[in-house]
Formats: sequence, structure tokens, C-alpha cells
Amino acid sequence: MSASALEAWFVAEVLPLEAILMQYLRNHWRDPSEIDDLRQEVYIRVCEAAQREVPDPAKPFVLGTARNLIIDRIRRQQIVAIEKVADLDALGIAADYPGPDRSVIARDELRRLQQAIDRLPPRCREAVVLCKVEGLTGKQIAQRMGVSEATVSEHIDKGMCALADMLYSEPPEIRRTP
Amino acid sequence: MSSPETTSADINAEAAAWLRRRHLETWTAENESALQTWLDQAMAHRIAYWRLKAAWERADRLAALRREKTATPNSSAALRIAKFAAAALVLAVAGAGAYRSLTPRSPSAALYATAVGEHKTIRLTDGSQIELNTDTKIRFASAPGRQTVTLLKGEAYFQIKHTPSRLFVIEANGHRITDIGTTFRVRREDARLEVALLDGEIRFDSADTRVKPVTMKPGDIIIATAHSAAVMQTPERDLKDQLGWRSGMIVFKHTTLREAAAEFNRYNTHKILIADAAAAKLTINGTFQTGDVAAFTDAAHAVFALRITTRNGQTVISH
Repeated sequence: MSASALEAWFVAEVLPLEAILMQYLRNHWRDPSEIDDLRQEVYIRVCEAAQREVPDPAKPFVLGTARNLIIDRIRRQQIVAIEKVADLDALGIAADYPGPDRSVIARDELRRLQQAIDRLPPRCREAVVLCKVEGLTGKQIAQRMGVSEATVSEHIDKGMCALADMLYSEPPEIRRTP
Repeated sequence: MSSPETTSADINAEAAAWLRRRHLETWTAENESALQTWLDQAMAHRIAYWRLKAAWERADRLAALRREKTATPNSSAALRIAKFAAAALVLAVAGAGAYRSLTPRSPSAALYATAVGEHKTIRLTDGSQIELNTDTKIRFASAPGRQTVTLLKGEAYFQIKHTPSRLFVIEANGHRITDIGTTFRVRREDARLEVALLDGEIRFDSADTRVKPVTMKPGDIIIATAHSAAVMQTPERDLKDQLGWRSGMIVFKHTTLREAAAEFNRYNTHKILIADAAAAKLTINGTFQTGDVAAFTDAAHAVFALRITTRNGQTVISH
């Protein structure tokens, strides 16, 4: 599988599962500061496996990988109560977490993006909007905002990371059912 | 695998810096190869980069809609023409097989053409080169002291090494462009000819001798018809966008869906049809691969909630 095919598969099939994956990891790992690293490790394992053979469907494979990773980590720590592991083993049902409903994604997409942009810190948001909407270069944004280019770079980098977290890690807030 | 002491936060920060530099700074082939090296170092690098890039590109759709709401009415007819002309597509030239080397035998002439969706580079022995965009045809003739390219149809990008002992002349529709060492783009569409100068200097002589010759400066665009020639200045960034086809991309800026569909249709045999007038007037911003019709229709669906159907081998976009 070529790198670009792997990227396309990852973006289309794996990233949309990130909110579920994060929920799963938070539910089964005590230290919140380690969640992002765990997610990264899950993605590495998933993509390395996909290079050999694409798992289809992706969801049970991604969540199964998360489960195995957590079991590995717990075993390595060697301080974990047996019942914790047993508990995790019972979590095969994790594959039944609700997935994103693709038919509503397009409709909610714009609202989601709007909310994500609105929630960026003000200066960060300003830089991102000037870049995305006005199509300005780094230098032009710096002039417009009256700050150095290095500061603009910080804002943009932060905005990129924050947007990815909001768009992928968080479950969609809009729930139409009462 | 990433080294254990590298946290996902560090990798994320590096990926963001790459992505930002790629979007906001001048991006050279060296930058691109440095990025590739970094991506190839670890799966973790690739994943972090893909993830940020996917989110960042999703945000483009929001920009498209905001543009629609806040579009500045600066689209004079002429500017719109220039913008429209800007888009182009192409499969990047794949491998040496796509290149042809010309030996200027004199006097001799050769025809070079591209099919719809094709992109071809012609290298001259003096280091000059000519890139043909989709559905383009030129005739190249070389004689001592003079090389002549006739643009029979389509669009081409010229990078000409100036040789004092030899003139380089482009002819189209009876108009004549004489190079004075330069980089420029010429597009012919029926009776209309468009010339954009990026670098150096060229002289434009209209087919109609009553139209005064124009010496063009970088950033100038000339739109010429049989009996007229209008010159306008365009920001460098827009000129670069207009050459997106050289790397297989189409760039839209406040482009209506009708114009965008027409641009895609230049590059693809599978055509897009905008089936209603209201939808045709919506405007979008964005960068697409010239052959990726699906990305365009997905965006139309996601941003404007338009319906995408396939009918008689055409993709039909409607409300």
C-alpha cells in the first residue's frame, strides 16, 4: 500500500473513529496525560498493520488494537490488579460503541467547523481566519495583527493542533434526539 | 516506531510546523524533500501530519462558505476572466518518458500536443522549456536566429533562456509575443488570448496594427481579442495560483461553481454539469487536484448541501 493510499484510508476510515477511541482510552486508562501518547501508539499499530493488509471494517480493529495496547501496558507495569485485566478482557463489546452516522456528517460539518473556530483562543483564531479565509501569507498576517512572524507561527501551529483535537477527538455535540 | 522519549505532543508540534510552513511560506523542492525525509523517518510522523492536514483542509470548507457571505464585490469582468483562466489541471509529468528533447534542426518544425488531462514538458537544448497544459497544441519551428512557437490551442507556460543572437517568438491568433528573457504563460481560447508575465520582459504586438505594442512587466496580464488588448496588474500570488496546473492543482478563489466546473471539465473527460442556475452562482475557494472530481463534488455537497448524482456518464450537481 502506498503512503498516499494509506493516508487516504487513514483519513477516511480511522480518523472519524477518533472520538470513540478517545472515549475508550479515557475510560480504561487512569492517567489523562498519557492518553494522547496511547492514541498515537494505537494509530501506529493500526497503520503498520494496514500497510500489510487493510482491516475492513476498521472500527473493531482500531478498538481491538486499543484494548490490546492497554493490556500490554498494564502487564508491563506489573502493579495492576488481576481483576482490572479481567475487566478489560470483558470489553470485547467495545466494538459496539456508537459510530458516527455518516449521513448527518455533511449537514453538521459546517456547524462543527464554525464551533471549532469560535472556540480557538482569540489571537489564535484571528491568525487562523486570516490565513484560511483571507488567504494571507505569514508575513501579511504578522503585519495585520501587529506581531512578529514567529508569533503568527505559534498561533497557527496551536490552531492546527486545536482544530484537529476538536474535529476528531471530541464527540459531536449536536444530538438531535431528546 | 517513534523513539520512546519522543512524546506525541512533540511530534504534533513538529508536524504543525511543517504543515504551516508548507501553507504559509515559499515552498521549494528542497523543502518538499526535507518534509518527505521527515515523514519517512517514522510512522508516528506521518500519522501526526496526516491528522493535522486532514483537519486543516476540512477548515477550508468553512472558508469557502464565509467567502460566500462576505465576498467583496471586486470581481470586475476582466478580473473574473483572469481568475477563471487561472485554473488548470494536470497529472504531474510522470518520469522522463513524458519529456521530449528537441534538437533544433534548422529550418524544421514539429507539432506537440496534449490530450485532455495531460501535461507535457518540452525541453529545448538551450535550457529553455515549454510546459503544455491540458488539451493544448503548439507548433515549434527553429531557424538560425529565430525560434517560433505557434499556440494553436490551449495553454502553455514558457521559461525562456534569453540568447541575444536568437529571437524567441510566440504567435497566436495573429498576435505576437517576443521574449526578452523571461517566464510567462499564454492561453488561447477561441478568439481570446491571455498572456501573463511572471518574470523578465516581453513585448506584445497585436494582430491589429492599430493597437499599440505593449512592453509587459512582471505581474502584467494582457487579455487580447482580434482588435483590442487590455493590460492589468495581478498580484504575484494570483499568478502562481493560475499556474497550479504545473503541479496538477486547480486553485479557486471566489470562483463560481459554474466556472469551477468548466475548469474541471478542461482536464477531465468525465464532465460535471451544474443543473440549476442558483447553484451555479455559489462561489468557492479551494485547491483541488485537477483529476479529482470527487473531491470537488464532495465539497459542494458538504458546504452547500447540494445533491450529487450521476446521469449519462456526467456528474450532475443540483439543489
